[in-house]
Amino acid sequence: MPTNRDYALLGRDAKRAEEIGLISAEWYHSDVSRTEMKGLMKRSDQPAIRDTMIWIAAFIVTGGLAVYFWPTWWSVPFFLAYGVLYGSSSDSRWHECGHGTAFKTQWMNDAVYQVASFMVMRNPVIWRWSHTRHHTHTIIVGHDPEIIAMRPADLIKLGGAFFGIPDVLAYFPELLRASLGQLPETTRSFIPDSEQPRVFFWARVHLAIYVVVVLLALITWSILPLMLVGLPRMYGAWHMVMTGVMQHLGLAENVLDHRLNSRTVYLNPVSRFLYWNMNYHVEHHMFPMVPYHALPRLHALIKLDLPAPHPGILSAYREIVPAIFRQFQNPDWFVKRELPPTAKPYRPEFHGDLEPGQPTPGINGYPLAAE
Amino acid sequence: MAQWVEACSTDDVDEEDLIRFDHDGRTFAIYQSPDGKFYCTDGLCTHEKVHLSGGLVMDHTVECPKHNGRFDYRTGEAKGAPVCINLATYPVRVDAGKVLVEI
Repeated sequence: MPTNRDYALLGRDAKRAEEIGLISAEWYHSDVSRTEMKGLMKRSDQPAIRDTMIWIAAFIVTGGLAVYFWPTWWSVPFFLAYGVLYGSSSDSRWHECGHGTAFKTQWMNDAVYQVASFMVMRNPVIWRWSHTRHHTHTIIVGHDPEIIAMRPADLIKLGGAFFGIPDVLAYFPELLRASLGQLPETTRSFIPDSEQPRVFFWARVHLAIYVVVVLLALITWSILPLMLVGLPRMYGAWHMVMTGVMQHLGLAENVLDHRLNSRTVYLNPVSRFLYWNMNYHVEHHMFPMVPYHALPRLHALIKLDLPAPHPGILSAYREIVPAIFRQFQNPDWFVKRELPPTAKPYRPEFHGDLEPGQPTPGINGYPLAAE
Repeated sequence: MAQWVEACSTDDVDEEDLIRFDHDGRTFAIYQSPDGKFYCTDGLCTHEKVHLSGGLVMDHTVECPKHNGRFDYRTGEAKGAPVCINLATYPVRVDAGKVLVEI
């Protein structure tokens, strides 16, 4: 069934979301006392310094051994590990430091944010603002620029994302345009004019680094420099996408309650280190001021007000994959998160009264979106 | 014309914290700094009009609870993305255990 959704920023559904009050409305927050919340929000440098030192050491060890064993097959496992650090864990560092919560000291957040932005191939200014929009209008069609898979999902694009393909294909043209001082109108819609010179500056910095790396590869006539800088964003992206897909995919759109459009999944310790606890995704969206290292405590505090978390990655994918295929039959279908009896309902007109398969309120009766 | 308005008692605001104060259809934030001084700013973040009262005070900075935009609450200065517009600030004095704001 073709979708009647218009995911374009500034598009038809963006206007409709404003008309039905999704944009100016208050989002749900679980009750947490001010004293407890202050304790959870409290910043500290220590956990992130410890984790960043481990992170840097892991880069040096895996990258060093990969280069040492290059070009033998013995380098492969080290490149696989290095790639995940570069192409996946950079996403969570970009994310947490972008929020400014990882470290107490702001310059530390800024420094890791810039390095991680380069590794994950995101313009640090554009993506800071797009992520701001994602938090304001989480999974609101036409307003959230970070909806990872629209309904129905583009399976080729989604599959390619595990190898970084659509991101890299989108990044370099954007990088070149921004280096020339150009930004598309949709991007300008969420970045203040005063910030745009910084977009161009960082695009030129990123471009200059890639030029140096490519020249190095040509001079040495070896792909090795690119195996260390650039290509890991592709061969190491799978963990970022595996965890990123679990955040919202298959859940409700156009609701004002993160319990209904976000997913918390229990993860193994290695993935939690790589992902910096963003598996507590409902909690993160509800209280983005809480640093990654305090999210397990926040989860313990409010879990009776949240849908039951998934016990693991397989459980989450058992929900996500069928949802994707059901949305091919009916893009209005979604996974309805069941709140426990201990939870407070919120704005049921947007979700609680709606059964999967019914048209999302406010977009019923739309003509089909143009392809 | 500006007038002095009683906002709260000094005991109502913890050190290095803030509370919300509504008056005459407007909303403000009252702060107590770590050195025991009181300050007042507009209560809504200049970025997306979120109440700052749910935010975090660190030294002389308040951080918005929605997008982590930071302001120096003594001067109202916006300290970087995603906040670009300064907060309005208001004179404060303490009298007999009450925090008064000139609004």
